[in-house]
Amino acid sequence: MQLLLTYDVVTTTPEGRRRLRQMAKLCEGYGHRVQKSVFEITCTDAELLTLLDSATRIIDVSDDSVRVYRLPSNCFDAVHRLGVAEPAPHHDPLIL
Amino acid sequence: MTELLNTLYVQTQGASLHLDHDSLKIVIPETPKKTLPLRRLDGIVVYGHVSLSAELLARCAEDGRSVVWMSLSGRFLGRVDGPTRGNVMLRHAQHLSHADPVLRLQIARSCVAGKLQNSRQILLRGARDATDQAQVTLRSLAQDIEDLLGRAEDAGTLDELMGLEGQAARLYFEGLSHMLRPLSDIPSFANRTRRPPTDPVNALLSYLYGLTRALVHGAAEQVGLDPYLGFLHGMRPGKPALALDLMEEFRPIHADRLGLNLLNRKQLRKEHFETLPGGAVQMTEDGRRLVLTEWQAWKNKDWPHKLLGRKVSASLLPVVQARLLARHIRGELPAYIPWTVG
Repeated sequence: MQLLLTYDVVTTTPEGRRRLRQMAKLCEGYGHRVQKSVFEITCTDAELLTLLDSATRIIDVSDDSVRVYRLPSNCFDAVHRLGVAEPAPHHDPLIL
Repeated sequence: MTELLNTLYVQTQGASLHLDHDSLKIVIPETPKKTLPLRRLDGIVVYGHVSLSAELLARCAEDGRSVVWMSLSGRFLGRVDGPTRGNVMLRHAQHLSHADPVLRLQIARSCVAGKLQNSRQILLRGARDATDQAQVTLRSLAQDIEDLLGRAEDAGTLDELMGLEGQAARLYFEGLSHMLRPLSDIPSFANRTRRPPTDPVNALLSYLYGLTRALVHGAAEQVGLDPYLGFLHGMRPGKPALALDLMEEFRPIHADRLGLNLLNRKQLRKEHFETLPGGAVQMTEDGRRLVLTEWQAWKNKDWPHKLLGRKVSASLLPVVQARLLARHIRGELPAYIPWTVG
Protein backbone atom coordinates (compact mmCIF):
# COMPACT_ATOMS: atom_id res chain seq x y z
CA MET A 1 0.00 0.00 0.00
CA GLN A 2 1.19 3.50 -0.70
CA LEU A 3 0.91 6.28 1.82
CA LEU A 4 1.66 9.96 2.06
CA LEU A 5 2.55 11.00 5.58
CA THR A 6 2.88 14.61 6.70
CA TYR A 7 3.45 16.01 10.13
CA ASP A 8 3.49 19.29 11.95
CA VAL A 9 5.38 19.37 15.21
CA VAL A 10 5.58 22.52 17.31
CA THR A 11 9.27 23.40 17.59
CA THR A 12 9.15 26.43 19.90
CA THR A 13 10.32 24.35 22.86
CA PRO A 14 13.34 21.99 23.20
CA GLU A 15 10.91 19.09 23.77
CA GLY A 16 9.15 20.00 20.54
CA ARG A 17 12.41 19.98 18.57
CA ARG A 18 13.17 16.59 20.11
CA ARG A 19 9.79 15.24 19.02
CA LEU A 20 10.44 16.61 15.52
CA ARG A 21 13.75 14.74 15.29
CA GLN A 22 12.20 11.54 16.59
CA MET A 23 9.35 11.81 14.13
CA ALA A 24 11.79 12.32 11.25
CA LYS A 25 13.89 9.29 12.28
CA LEU A 26 10.78 7.16 12.58
CA CYS A 27 9.53 8.07 9.12
CA GLU A 28 12.96 7.59 7.54
CA GLY A 29 12.70 3.97 8.65
CA TYR A 30 9.53 3.52 6.64
CA GLY A 31 9.75 5.62 3.53
CA HIS A 32 11.42 8.30 1.51
CA ARG A 33 11.58 11.90 2.60
CA VAL A 34 10.28 14.00 -0.30
CA GLN A 35 9.96 17.32 1.54
CA LYS A 36 10.98 18.50 4.99
CA SER A 37 8.02 16.93 6.74
CA VAL A 38 6.46 14.92 3.94
CA PHE A 39 7.20 11.23 3.39
CA GLU A 40 6.22 8.82 0.65
CA ILE A 41 5.84 5.39 2.21
CA THR A 42 5.27 1.93 0.77
CA CYS A 43 4.33 -0.58 3.44
CA THR A 44 2.11 -3.45 4.47
CA ASP A 45 -0.96 -3.23 6.71
CA ALA A 46 1.02 -4.56 9.65
CA GLU A 47 3.76 -2.00 9.15
CA LEU A 48 1.19 0.79 9.01
CA LEU A 49 -0.10 -0.25 12.42
CA THR A 50 3.35 -0.20 14.00
CA LEU A 51 4.10 3.12 12.32
CA LEU A 52 0.91 4.73 13.64
CA ASP A 53 1.53 3.33 17.10
CA SER A 54 5.09 4.65 17.23
CA ALA A 55 3.97 8.05 15.91
CA THR A 56 1.27 8.27 18.60
CA ARG A 57 3.90 7.66 21.26
CA ILE A 58 6.16 10.39 19.89
CA ILE A 59 3.83 13.32 19.26
CA ASP A 60 2.17 15.56 21.79
CA VAL A 61 -1.50 15.13 20.91
CA SER A 62 -2.43 18.62 22.12
CA ASP A 63 0.10 20.44 19.92
CA ASP A 64 1.28 18.30 16.98
CA SER A 65 -0.51 16.74 14.06
CA VAL A 66 0.17 13.82 11.71
CA ARG A 67 -1.81 13.11 8.57
CA VAL A 68 -1.55 9.81 6.71
CA TYR A 69 -3.17 9.59 3.28
CA ARG A 70 -3.70 6.21 1.75
CA LEU A 71 -3.08 6.56 -1.98
CA PRO A 72 -4.39 4.53 -4.93
CA SER A 73 -1.84 2.01 -6.15
CA ASN A 74 1.00 3.22 -8.36
CA CYS A 75 0.23 6.78 -7.37
CA PHE A 76 3.89 7.66 -6.85
CA ASP A 77 4.57 7.17 -10.55
CA ALA A 78 2.03 9.85 -11.46
CA VAL A 79 3.35 12.72 -9.36
CA HIS A 80 3.77 16.11 -10.98
CA ARG A 81 6.96 17.66 -9.80
CA LEU A 82 8.26 21.19 -10.09
CA GLY A 83 11.49 22.74 -8.97
CA VAL A 84 14.07 20.66 -7.16
CA ALA A 85 11.67 17.79 -6.39
CA GLU A 86 13.17 14.46 -7.39
CA PRO A 87 11.30 11.17 -7.69
CA ALA A 88 11.82 8.84 -4.72
CA PRO A 89 13.30 5.43 -5.57
CA HIS A 90 10.45 3.20 -4.39
CA HIS A 91 10.88 0.23 -6.65
CA ASP A 92 13.76 1.32 -8.84
CA PRO A 93 16.96 -0.62 -8.80
CA LEU A 94 19.10 0.71 -5.98
CA ILE A 95 22.59 0.87 -7.38
CA LEU A 96 25.10 3.25 -5.95
CA MET B 1 0.86 -11.87 -2.68
CA THR B 2 4.54 -11.84 -1.93
CA GLU B 3 6.02 -8.43 -2.18
CA LEU B 4 9.47 -8.27 -3.64
CA LEU B 5 11.68 -6.10 -1.54
CA ASN B 6 14.51 -4.26 -3.11
CA THR B 7 18.15 -5.25 -3.01
CA LEU B 8 20.68 -2.51 -2.54
CA TYR B 9 23.84 -2.80 -4.62
CA VAL B 10 26.74 -0.60 -3.66
CA GLN B 11 29.66 -0.54 -6.01
CA THR B 12 30.97 3.00 -5.62
CA GLN B 13 34.44 2.56 -4.18
CA GLY B 14 34.98 4.28 -0.86
CA ALA B 15 31.31 4.34 0.10
CA SER B 16 30.31 3.53 3.64
CA LEU B 17 27.00 2.38 5.06
CA HIS B 18 25.73 3.10 8.57
CA LEU B 19 22.72 2.29 10.65
CA ASP B 20 20.59 5.21 11.80
CA HIS B 21 17.59 4.01 13.82
CA ASP B 22 15.51 2.06 11.30
CA SER B 23 17.18 3.49 8.27
CA LEU B 24 20.35 2.99 6.33
CA LYS B 25 22.62 5.98 5.85
CA ILE B 26 24.85 5.93 2.81
CA VAL B 27 27.91 8.13 2.78
CA ILE B 28 29.71 8.55 -0.49
CA PRO B 29 32.48 11.15 -0.43
CA GLU B 30 31.62 14.38 -2.23
CA THR B 31 27.95 13.53 -2.80
CA PRO B 32 24.93 14.34 -0.63
CA LYS B 33 24.07 11.80 2.05
CA LYS B 34 21.28 9.37 1.33
CA THR B 35 18.94 7.53 3.66
CA LEU B 36 16.94 4.46 2.78
CA PRO B 37 14.35 2.73 4.93
CA LEU B 38 15.93 -0.53 6.02
CA ARG B 39 12.65 -2.41 6.06
CA ARG B 40 12.26 -1.91 2.33
CA LEU B 41 15.45 -3.86 1.66
CA ASP B 42 15.78 -7.61 1.67
CA GLY B 43 19.48 -7.64 1.06
CA ILE B 44 22.61 -5.59 0.61
CA VAL B 45 25.27 -6.51 -1.91
CA VAL B 46 28.56 -4.66 -1.85
CA TYR B 47 31.36 -4.75 -4.38
CA GLY B 48 34.99 -4.20 -3.53
CA HIS B 49 35.99 -1.46 -1.16
CA VAL B 50 32.78 -0.50 0.63
CA SER B 51 32.59 -0.43 4.40
CA LEU B 52 29.63 -1.29 6.61
CA SER B 53 29.32 -0.29 10.23
CA ALA B 54 29.28 -2.98 12.88
CA GLU B 55 25.86 -1.81 14.08
CA LEU B 56 24.44 -2.16 10.60
CA LEU B 57 25.84 -5.67 10.22
CA ALA B 58 24.43 -6.71 13.58
CA ARG B 59 21.03 -5.30 12.69
CA CYS B 60 20.98 -7.05 9.31
CA ALA B 61 21.98 -10.33 10.93
CA GLU B 62 19.22 -9.89 13.50
CA ASP B 63 16.54 -9.26 10.86
CA GLY B 64 17.83 -12.06 8.63
CA ARG B 65 18.63 -9.58 5.89
CA SER B 66 21.58 -10.94 4.00
CA VAL B 67 24.72 -8.95 3.39
CA VAL B 68 26.84 -10.23 0.53
CA TRP B 69 30.37 -9.22 -0.31
CA MET B 70 31.51 -9.55 -3.89
CA SER B 71 34.89 -8.76 -5.37
CA LEU B 72 34.99 -5.93 -7.86
CA SER B 73 34.91 -8.42 -10.70
CA GLY B 74 31.75 -10.01 -9.31
CA ARG B 75 33.25 -13.04 -7.62
CA PHE B 76 31.39 -14.12 -4.52
CA LEU B 77 33.44 -13.49 -1.36
CA GLY B 78 31.20 -13.97 1.60
CA ARG B 79 27.86 -13.51 3.18
CA VAL B 80 26.39 -12.77 6.59
CA ASP B 81 22.97 -14.12 7.25
CA GLY B 82 22.30 -14.27 10.97
CA PRO B 83 21.79 -17.51 12.83
CA THR B 84 21.08 -20.67 10.86
CA ARG B 85 17.35 -20.88 10.66
CA GLY B 86 15.04 -23.43 9.25
CA ASN B 87 14.29 -26.90 10.21
CA VAL B 88 16.82 -29.29 11.67
CA MET B 89 14.63 -32.18 10.52
CA LEU B 90 14.94 -30.93 6.96
CA ARG B 91 18.71 -30.65 7.19
CA HIS B 92 18.89 -34.11 8.69
CA ALA B 93 16.78 -35.46 5.83
CA GLN B 94 19.12 -33.69 3.42
CA HIS B 95 22.13 -35.46 4.91
CA LEU B 96 20.32 -38.79 4.73
CA SER B 97 19.44 -38.26 1.05
CA HIS B 98 23.03 -37.28 0.39
CA ALA B 99 24.23 -40.52 1.96
CA ASP B 100 21.84 -42.61 -0.11
CA PRO B 101 23.59 -43.16 -3.48
CA VAL B 102 20.36 -43.83 -5.35
CA LEU B 103 18.58 -40.73 -4.11
CA ARG B 104 21.68 -38.63 -4.57
CA LEU B 105 22.10 -39.68 -8.17
CA GLN B 106 18.43 -39.12 -8.84
CA ILE B 107 18.55 -35.51 -7.64
CA ALA B 108 21.83 -34.85 -9.45
CA ARG B 109 20.26 -36.18 -12.63
CA SER B 110 17.35 -33.76 -12.26
CA CYS B 111 19.74 -30.81 -11.87
CA VAL B 112 21.67 -31.78 -15.00
CA ALA B 113 18.46 -32.46 -16.92
CA GLY B 114 17.19 -28.98 -16.03
CA LYS B 115 20.38 -27.38 -17.21
CA LEU B 116 20.51 -29.32 -20.46
CA GLN B 117 16.88 -28.67 -21.24
CA ASN B 118 17.23 -24.93 -20.63
CA SER B 119 20.49 -24.74 -22.62
CA ARG B 120 18.75 -26.48 -25.48
CA GLN B 121 15.88 -24.01 -25.36
CA ILE B 122 18.29 -21.08 -25.45
CA LEU B 123 19.97 -22.50 -28.56
CA LEU B 124 16.66 -23.17 -30.29
CA ARG B 125 15.46 -19.72 -29.40
CA GLY B 126 18.69 -18.28 -30.78
CA ALA B 127 18.27 -20.30 -33.97
CA ARG B 128 15.05 -18.45 -34.70
CA ASP B 129 16.90 -15.15 -35.04
CA ALA B 130 20.04 -16.55 -36.67
CA THR B 131 21.11 -16.55 -40.29
CA ASP B 132 20.80 -19.71 -42.40
CA GLN B 133 24.24 -21.12 -41.68
CA ALA B 134 24.17 -20.46 -37.95
CA GLN B 135 20.60 -21.69 -37.77
CA VAL B 136 21.59 -25.12 -39.05
CA THR B 137 24.53 -25.29 -36.62
CA LEU B 138 22.44 -24.19 -33.65
CA ARG B 139 19.67 -26.68 -34.42
CA SER B 140 22.16 -29.52 -34.72
CA LEU B 141 23.88 -28.51 -31.45
CA ALA B 142 20.49 -28.44 -29.75
CA GLN B 143 19.81 -31.91 -31.13
CA ASP B 144 23.16 -33.14 -29.77
CA ILE B 145 22.28 -31.75 -26.35
CA GLU B 146 18.94 -33.49 -26.55
CA ASP B 147 20.75 -36.78 -27.19
CA LEU B 148 22.95 -36.14 -24.16
CA LEU B 149 19.80 -35.39 -22.17
CA GLY B 150 18.53 -38.86 -23.02
CA ARG B 151 21.83 -40.41 -22.00
CA ALA B 152 21.87 -38.43 -18.72
CA GLU B 153 18.65 -40.16 -17.76
CA ASP B 154 20.41 -43.52 -17.86
CA ALA B 155 23.66 -42.34 -16.27
CA GLY B 156 24.61 -44.89 -13.63
CA THR B 157 27.23 -42.92 -11.72
CA LEU B 158 27.88 -39.32 -10.76
CA ASP B 159 31.12 -39.31 -12.76
CA GLU B 160 29.32 -40.37 -15.88
CA LEU B 161 26.73 -37.66 -15.27
CA MET B 162 29.41 -35.02 -14.79
CA GLY B 163 31.04 -36.18 -18.03
CA LEU B 164 27.81 -35.78 -19.95
CA GLU B 165 27.29 -32.37 -18.43
CA GLY B 166 30.77 -31.31 -19.50
CA GLN B 167 30.15 -32.47 -23.06
CA ALA B 168 26.87 -30.60 -23.16
CA ALA B 169 28.53 -27.46 -21.79
CA ARG B 170 31.13 -27.55 -24.59
CA LEU B 171 28.41 -27.87 -27.22
CA TYR B 172 26.39 -25.16 -25.56
CA PHE B 173 29.20 -22.61 -25.40
CA GLU B 174 29.97 -23.36 -29.04
CA GLY B 175 26.33 -22.50 -29.72
CA LEU B 176 26.58 -19.27 -27.74
CA SER B 177 29.40 -18.06 -29.99
CA HIS B 178 27.04 -18.42 -32.96
CA MET B 179 24.35 -16.45 -31.20
CA LEU B 180 26.50 -13.42 -30.56
CA ARG B 181 26.03 -10.97 -33.38
CA PRO B 182 29.31 -9.85 -34.91
CA LEU B 183 30.44 -7.14 -32.56
CA SER B 184 32.60 -4.48 -34.07
CA ASP B 185 34.65 -3.69 -31.00
CA ILE B 186 34.33 -6.71 -28.70
CA PRO B 187 36.33 -9.76 -29.69
CA SER B 188 34.03 -12.68 -30.41
CA PHE B 189 33.59 -15.47 -27.93
CA ALA B 190 35.60 -18.63 -28.58
CA ASN B 191 35.30 -20.74 -25.47
CA ARG B 192 34.60 -20.39 -21.80
CA THR B 193 37.56 -19.23 -19.73
CA ARG B 194 37.40 -18.47 -16.05
CA ARG B 195 39.64 -17.79 -13.08
CA PRO B 196 40.36 -15.35 -14.55
CA PRO B 197 38.22 -14.66 -17.62
CA THR B 198 40.44 -13.50 -20.43
CA ASP B 199 38.01 -11.79 -22.75
CA PRO B 200 35.04 -9.44 -22.32
CA VAL B 201 32.30 -12.01 -23.01
CA ASN B 202 33.75 -14.40 -20.42
CA ALA B 203 34.16 -11.56 -17.94
CA LEU B 204 30.48 -10.71 -18.37
CA LEU B 205 29.40 -14.34 -17.99
CA SER B 206 31.48 -14.74 -14.83
CA TYR B 207 29.91 -11.61 -13.38
CA LEU B 208 26.38 -12.79 -14.16
CA TYR B 209 27.09 -16.25 -12.73
CA GLY B 210 28.26 -14.54 -9.55
CA LEU B 211 24.94 -12.68 -9.30
CA THR B 212 22.94 -15.83 -10.01
CA ARG B 213 24.90 -17.76 -7.45
CA ALA B 214 24.24 -15.21 -4.71
CA LEU B 215 20.53 -15.43 -5.52
CA VAL B 216 20.40 -19.23 -5.42
CA HIS B 217 22.56 -19.47 -2.30
CA GLY B 218 20.16 -17.13 -0.54
CA ALA B 219 17.18 -19.19 -1.71
CA ALA B 220 18.64 -22.40 -0.26
CA GLU B 221 19.29 -20.69 3.08
CA GLN B 222 15.84 -19.17 3.11
CA VAL B 223 14.17 -22.54 2.74
CA GLY B 224 16.35 -24.07 5.44
CA LEU B 225 18.49 -26.33 3.28
CA ASP B 226 22.20 -26.60 3.94
CA PRO B 227 23.73 -24.85 0.92
CA TYR B 228 27.03 -26.68 1.39
CA LEU B 229 25.67 -30.19 1.02
CA GLY B 230 25.08 -30.83 -2.66
CA PHE B 231 24.08 -33.81 -4.70
CA LEU B 232 25.75 -33.29 -8.05
CA HIS B 233 28.71 -31.30 -6.73
CA GLY B 234 30.74 -33.08 -4.11
CA MET B 235 31.39 -32.00 -0.55
CA ARG B 236 34.37 -29.73 -0.14
CA PRO B 237 35.09 -27.19 2.58
CA GLY B 238 33.87 -23.75 1.59
CA LYS B 239 32.09 -24.92 -1.54
CA PRO B 240 28.35 -24.23 -1.53
CA ALA B 241 27.65 -27.43 -3.44
CA LEU B 242 23.87 -27.31 -3.16
CA ALA B 243 23.80 -23.71 -4.35
CA LEU B 244 25.88 -24.80 -7.35
CA ASP B 245 23.52 -27.74 -7.98
CA LEU B 246 20.42 -25.59 -7.89
CA MET B 247 22.09 -22.93 -9.96
CA GLU B 248 22.67 -25.23 -12.96
CA GLU B 249 19.14 -24.96 -14.28
CA PHE B 250 19.18 -21.16 -13.98
CA ARG B 251 22.49 -20.44 -15.70
CA PRO B 252 21.14 -20.42 -19.27
CA ILE B 253 18.16 -18.17 -18.53
CA HIS B 254 19.29 -15.98 -15.68
CA ALA B 255 22.81 -15.33 -16.85
CA ASP B 256 23.54 -16.36 -20.45
CA ARG B 257 20.36 -15.01 -22.03
CA LEU B 258 20.70 -11.67 -20.25
CA GLY B 259 24.36 -11.44 -21.21
CA LEU B 260 23.56 -12.15 -24.85
CA ASN B 261 20.88 -9.47 -24.85
CA LEU B 262 23.23 -6.87 -23.42
CA LEU B 263 25.91 -7.62 -26.00
CA ASN B 264 23.64 -8.06 -29.00
CA ARG B 265 21.77 -4.85 -28.26
CA LYS B 266 25.20 -3.20 -28.03
CA GLN B 267 24.37 -1.88 -24.58
CA LEU B 268 27.71 -3.18 -23.39
CA ARG B 269 30.60 -1.95 -25.44
CA LYS B 270 34.34 -2.17 -25.43
CA GLU B 271 34.73 0.77 -23.06
CA HIS B 272 32.84 -1.18 -20.38
CA PHE B 273 35.70 -3.65 -20.04
CA GLU B 274 39.30 -3.28 -19.00
CA THR B 275 42.26 -5.59 -19.25
CA LEU B 276 44.39 -6.00 -16.17
CA PRO B 277 48.11 -6.66 -16.27
CA GLY B 278 48.40 -10.43 -16.68
CA GLY B 279 45.58 -10.70 -19.19
CA ALA B 280 42.53 -10.94 -16.95
CA VAL B 281 39.58 -8.94 -18.22
CA GLN B 282 37.07 -7.30 -15.91
CA MET B 283 34.22 -4.85 -16.19
CA THR B 284 34.59 -1.18 -15.38
CA GLU B 285 32.45 0.56 -12.78
CA ASP B 286 30.14 1.92 -15.51
CA GLY B 287 29.83 -1.51 -17.06
CA ARG B 288 28.88 -3.06 -13.75
CA ARG B 289 26.35 -0.32 -13.09
CA LEU B 290 24.71 -1.05 -16.44
CA VAL B 291 24.67 -4.81 -15.83
CA LEU B 292 23.21 -4.40 -12.34
CA THR B 293 20.43 -2.12 -13.59
CA GLU B 294 19.50 -4.65 -16.25
CA TRP B 295 19.84 -7.52 -13.76
CA GLN B 296 17.35 -5.88 -11.40
CA ALA B 297 14.86 -5.46 -14.24
CA TRP B 298 15.52 -9.03 -15.43
CA LYS B 299 14.84 -10.37 -11.93
CA ASN B 300 11.37 -8.82 -12.01
CA LYS B 301 10.47 -10.54 -15.28
CA ASP B 302 7.83 -13.24 -14.91
CA TRP B 303 8.42 -16.76 -16.20
CA PRO B 304 5.84 -19.52 -16.46
CA HIS B 305 6.29 -22.34 -13.96
CA LYS B 306 4.76 -25.54 -15.28
CA LEU B 307 4.45 -27.34 -11.97
CA LEU B 308 2.83 -24.42 -10.17
CA GLY B 309 0.76 -23.49 -13.20
CA ARG B 310 1.42 -19.80 -12.76
CA LYS B 311 3.98 -17.16 -13.48
CA VAL B 312 6.82 -16.55 -11.08
CA SER B 313 9.31 -13.72 -11.17
CA ALA B 314 12.89 -14.65 -11.93
CA SER B 315 14.09 -13.60 -8.49
CA LEU B 316 11.65 -15.99 -6.79
CA LEU B 317 12.25 -18.98 -9.06
CA PRO B 318 15.27 -20.19 -7.06
CA VAL B 319 13.20 -20.03 -3.85
CA VAL B 320 10.37 -21.99 -5.47
CA GLN B 321 12.84 -24.61 -6.69
CA ALA B 322 14.56 -24.85 -3.31
CA ARG B 323 11.13 -25.45 -1.73
CA LEU B 324 10.38 -28.18 -4.26
CA LEU B 325 13.72 -29.79 -3.50
CA ALA B 326 13.00 -29.59 0.23
CA ARG B 327 9.66 -31.27 -0.31
CA HIS B 328 11.30 -34.04 -2.29
CA ILE B 329 13.95 -34.54 0.40
CA ARG B 330 11.22 -34.76 3.03
CA GLY B 331 9.53 -37.40 0.91
CA GLU B 332 6.48 -35.32 0.01
CA LEU B 333 7.29 -35.26 -3.70
CA PRO B 334 8.36 -38.39 -5.60
CA ALA B 335 11.13 -36.53 -7.48
CA TYR B 336 12.83 -33.19 -7.79
CA ILE B 337 11.55 -31.54 -10.93
CA PRO B 338 13.82 -28.80 -12.26
CA TRP B 339 12.41 -25.58 -13.63
CA THR B 340 12.43 -25.57 -17.40
CA VAL B 341 11.58 -22.84 -19.82
CA GLY B 342 9.39 -23.28 -22.89
